[in-house]
Amino acid sequence: MAIKRALLNTAVGLGLVAGFSAAASAETLTIATVNNGDMVRMQGLASEFTAANPDITLEWVTLEENVLRQKVTTDVATKGGQFDIMTIGTYEVPIWAKQGWLVSLDDLPAEWDKADLLPAIAGGLSVDGSLYAAPFYGESSMVMYRKDLMEKAGLTMPDAPTWAFIKEAAEKMTDKANEVYGICLRGKAGWGENMAFLTAMSNSFGAKWFDENWNAQFDQKPWADTLNFYLDLMTNYGPPGAANNGFNENLSLMQTGHCGMWIDATVAASFVSNPKDSQVAEQMGYALAPDNGLGKRGNWLWAWSLAIPAGTDSTDAAKKFVAWATSKEYTALVASKEGWANVPPGTRTSLYENSEYLAAAPFAKMTLDSINAADPTHPTVDPVPYTGVQFVAIPEFQGIATAVGQQFSAALAGTETAENALKAAQDLTVKEMKAAGYN
Amino acid sequence: MARAISTRRKIGITALAWALGLLIFFPILWTFLTSFKSEADAIADPPLFLNFHWTMENYFAVQERSDYFKHFWNSVVIAGGSTLLGLIIAVPAAWSMAFVPGKYTKDVLMWMLSTKMMPPVGVLIPIYLIFRSTGLLDSKTGLVIVMTLINLPIIVWMLYTYFKEIPGEILEAARMDGATLREEIIYVLTPMAIPGIASTLLLNVILAWNEAFWTLNLAASKAAPLTTFIAGYSSPEGLFYAKLSAASIMAIAPILIMGWFSQKQLVRGLTFGAVK
Repeated sequence: MAIKRALLNTAVGLGLVAGFSAAASAETLTIATVNNGDMVRMQGLASEFTAANPDITLEWVTLEENVLRQKVTTDVATKGGQFDIMTIGTYEVPIWAKQGWLVSLDDLPAEWDKADLLPAIAGGLSVDGSLYAAPFYGESSMVMYRKDLMEKAGLTMPDAPTWAFIKEAAEKMTDKANEVYGICLRGKAGWGENMAFLTAMSNSFGAKWFDENWNAQFDQKPWADTLNFYLDLMTNYGPPGAANNGFNENLSLMQTGHCGMWIDATVAASFVSNPKDSQVAEQMGYALAPDNGLGKRGNWLWAWSLAIPAGTDSTDAAKKFVAWATSKEYTALVASKEGWANVPPGTRTSLYENSEYLAAAPFAKMTLDSINAADPTHPTVDPVPYTGVQFVAIPEFQGIATAVGQQFSAALAGTETAENALKAAQDLTVKEMKAAGYN
Repeated sequence: MARAISTRRKIGITALAWALGLLIFFPILWTFLTSFKSEADAIADPPLFLNFHWTMENYFAVQERSDYFKHFWNSVVIAGGSTLLGLIIAVPAAWSMAFVPGKYTKDVLMWMLSTKMMPPVGVLIPIYLIFRSTGLLDSKTGLVIVMTLINLPIIVWMLYTYFKEIPGEILEAARMDGATLREEIIYVLTPMAIPGIASTLLLNVILAWNEAFWTLNLAASKAAPLTTFIAGYSSPEGLFYAKLSAASIMAIAPILIMGWFSQKQLVRGLTFGAVK
């Protein structure tokens, strides 16, 4: 009897819930996003959006970058329709837009102010003049260094250093007996790990991935110069086991005082300058990524952006959310709730004209200068048939660059010579490009 | 004298077993300790063992950001549902292979096992397209079906091994007493194979609970289990080891507790027939 009553109660309860759900009939947006700090903060503040738009509910899928990339690529390519909004990077946007997989964002409301976007960032997210993703936060790379060690070495870091200066400083700052290494750079294999750094670095050495006829260029002198310089720096002045170091490992080394200089994403500046996490927060200084006097610097350009897949049934609601999350009002909302130092950087000119932001983020000017110094449409010294600063915006790049990255990582680990690594990189790139029909 | 050597050896073996056990358990212990540290303490150099400021903030942060109980419930349904469905299919299959083997039974068994040797990514796109067409993407039903299919060879193999140990004469006697096939399996075979079925069930719940490839690719939010929950805390750009550790502990705690209480059955099941 008791069981019967319990079942009846449950059925009535379920009926009521179903009734309420049907009555509300809210449109649900499923948003796939990476788990970086700024994105997680957006998830936390999204209740402000749903309060203003009670007819829209939000479902969040927050994943680690590589898992997310695999998942959203499968979904968008098969028009699976699992997501209404996707967080994607500067690499995916031009490729997916050309495939017709993304909805154009040219018709976002006028108050969203497209003209306010930083030109380099907007350029990386546009195809044939149309914007296909709204930048949520943008980043470049720059030199982060210890002012105390630089002073001890008797040197002054210029705002725009050369690679020769970086080498000299690395040599003078290195104190292996006390586990202080002049320079920390990425060594872990991967297209988004060591190859992001090395591709950007190679631009400043006059190297390129392909010539104008899509012929691989690893057998040319500029690539040999790039790799030999990198190996020389890291072998003599880098930390032990650097072939396993990615962003997080170097961040940990920098925060615990083991690195004199670190060239990596501008977003790291907020981590290393935060006294809660970093033992060297007070000593941090910043400079542009180095150059070799050839007109290009070794810095990259990346933006995590919100895009709407063509397979969604909720285009209008999705546009409404994208416009909200990437607006100036959202920036002001973050500032009011969590302070100006925590607003998503690197997307809008107006942010860098805001005195409150400039006061709260000492690295702001260098971040802006770094972003402006990158040109994704003309990334190299010589003309090339591709766009992208630290990547080549073709679908084959992920696979090829990861394989090349393994060769260069092996060279850093000492299991391979630089010459052999370059030869292997050339051979595998030629083979893959031929198989893909480029030549 | 002989007794002294024996005692010494016993102590040595015990110490070795403890050392090995602790070595294997250490990563879980370290994850547990890290989950109570601040992010700064989590990357401290030299590492802090017990002398840090203990805090629950990571657990609160994880719960605030992700709905743990929704993911937990999805894991329970997917792991439990697929194991039960698998058993319903596998018990009769293993019965026929163990007690009425045919000419090709061994080949069928090997073929079933061979499906486990295929890399899952090889069939991701076809299965994804089938799921899309049938509306099974991001549904618990879809994941229960996939989990059942990928674990079925193991369930059949384990049950087959247990059933082979049961004398066929007992089943014959039941048949002579007038039992039907259904009654023979339910009332005679199953009670005798309970330990084997229990260990198969436990092992498959663990396998389905920990399965990450299919659950990550076929579920997004509504059917997302704990594997998706934890994938949201590993970050290549930012040191969030303490939060990742807290999420890990929350994800493995249920299965760890279940394994702890059923370790006798698990060990018995996994070593069954090993010395024969």
